[in-house]
Amino acid sequence: MGMITALANPQRFMTVSRVAAPILAAIAVLLAVVGLWLGFSAPPDYQQGATVRIMFIHVPAAWLGMFAYACLAGSSFFGLIFRHSLADAAARAAAPLGAGFTFLALVTGSFWGRPMWGAWWVWDARLTSFLVLFLFYIGYMALQASIDDEAKAARAGAILALVGAINLPIVKYSVDWWNSLHQGESIFLKGGPALAPVYLWPLGLMAFAYTFGFLALWMTRIQAEIWRRRAGALAVQGAR
Amino acid sequence: MSGFGVLMRRELALAWGRGGGPVVAVAFYACVATLLPLAVGASPQRLAAVAPGSAWLALALASLLSLERLFERDYEDGALDLLALGPAPLEIVAVAKCLAQWISTGLPLALFTPVAATALGADPRLIPLTFASAVLGGLGFAFVGGIGAALSLGTRRGGVLIAVIVLPLFVPLVILGAGAIEALAGGLNWTPGFLLLGAYSLAFMGLGPFAMAAACRNALA
Repeated sequence: MGMITALANPQRFMTVSRVAAPILAAIAVLLAVVGLWLGFSAPPDYQQGATVRIMFIHVPAAWLGMFAYACLAGSSFFGLIFRHSLADAAARAAAPLGAGFTFLALVTGSFWGRPMWGAWWVWDARLTSFLVLFLFYIGYMALQASIDDEAKAARAGAILALVGAINLPIVKYSVDWWNSLHQGESIFLKGGPALAPVYLWPLGLMAFAYTFGFLALWMTRIQAEIWRRRAGALAVQGAR
Repeated sequence: MSGFGVLMRRELALAWGRGGGPVVAVAFYACVATLLPLAVGASPQRLAAVAPGSAWLALALASLLSLERLFERDYEDGALDLLALGPAPLEIVAVAKCLAQWISTGLPLALFTPVAATALGADPRLIPLTFASAVLGGLGFAFVGGIGAALSLGTRRGGVLIAVIVLPLFVPLVILGAGAIEALAGGLNWTPGFLLLGAYSLAFMGLGPFAMAAACRNALA
């Protein structure tokens, strides 16, 4: 919490993120290289064969798709309550990243589903709620893009993001109620993970790689957003 | 007469007034229901299998139609500014608007839903539940849709934007409403779906007005 309030000062954020973003990106690349190497050298699964390797790309993408929404909703909350411009920029910057991760999870999931389930797409609970999450990101971005006034766009987006934060868990549970054919939870189980360590290690490394990568991209996008606003303000000043 | 009553009367008069809003919504519903057999084939078995679900899908789409005018009309002619300055808080204005939307569009559509479902080949046993779930779901469609309508005030391409914002929010309503009918058709217990549908609609009836009022204030600022 203390770190977030310290970073809430835009000037300080710019100074810190200029150093932090490349470092986070470097850590992400390093972790991804090791994670992918371990992932590709892991033995094929006795049931899934080589397609088990898709998991190292797919599962962290799905986690980050949800994590990005949490970041989006959290930033929106701060932006709405405290009218903080950096929080608005953070929310706006998180949305395309979240949409990207969600899309990656959907596409890689479908690549995995083709050999495993014999279909590119099944209307199972988890796939469907993920598709809804993706559509939600699209709606959020469409709303922001169609309002010219930046402050108004930010507030309208924040309201929608918070409505979504209430609604998305309900979507998740209603879709679960509707149908479930996807395999159950296999990592965060009582009594330790059901996944063999040879798969767990690359998965964990990739999860951290994705998280650091997301943070680096997010910071860079917030920076870009602040630069864009300054450029706009300067253009207005110059036109006077 | 209380302020809320005046607001309701005004909204209902506007909805039923010029343009025949509810009639257009029901006509749209009839068009979608007509296209369905043309698209999937007219064989009775196939149609009967998808009839309750398609009736719900058409209901969700038809509920979108009049949302665009819900706040936009008052925003354009300045009435929303006056309502914001008036004694009733904007939250209450939003409740009045959505309730009027439910009464003027949701109820006619709910009356028509069992007709369409039965015409498509659904079992006549399902008629009472189809009607009841469409009434309850219509309440949710009005209050969830109102959020999208308020958020897209003053934006370019309002109508399509509302659809893109609101349809993902409609997911639980469609699942629960169609699911309850599907359960009854399959001889299962339909009450959980129906009760959850009611819970969702009532929850958004409580929460939605705050989001709508915040969105209106933002657009007016």
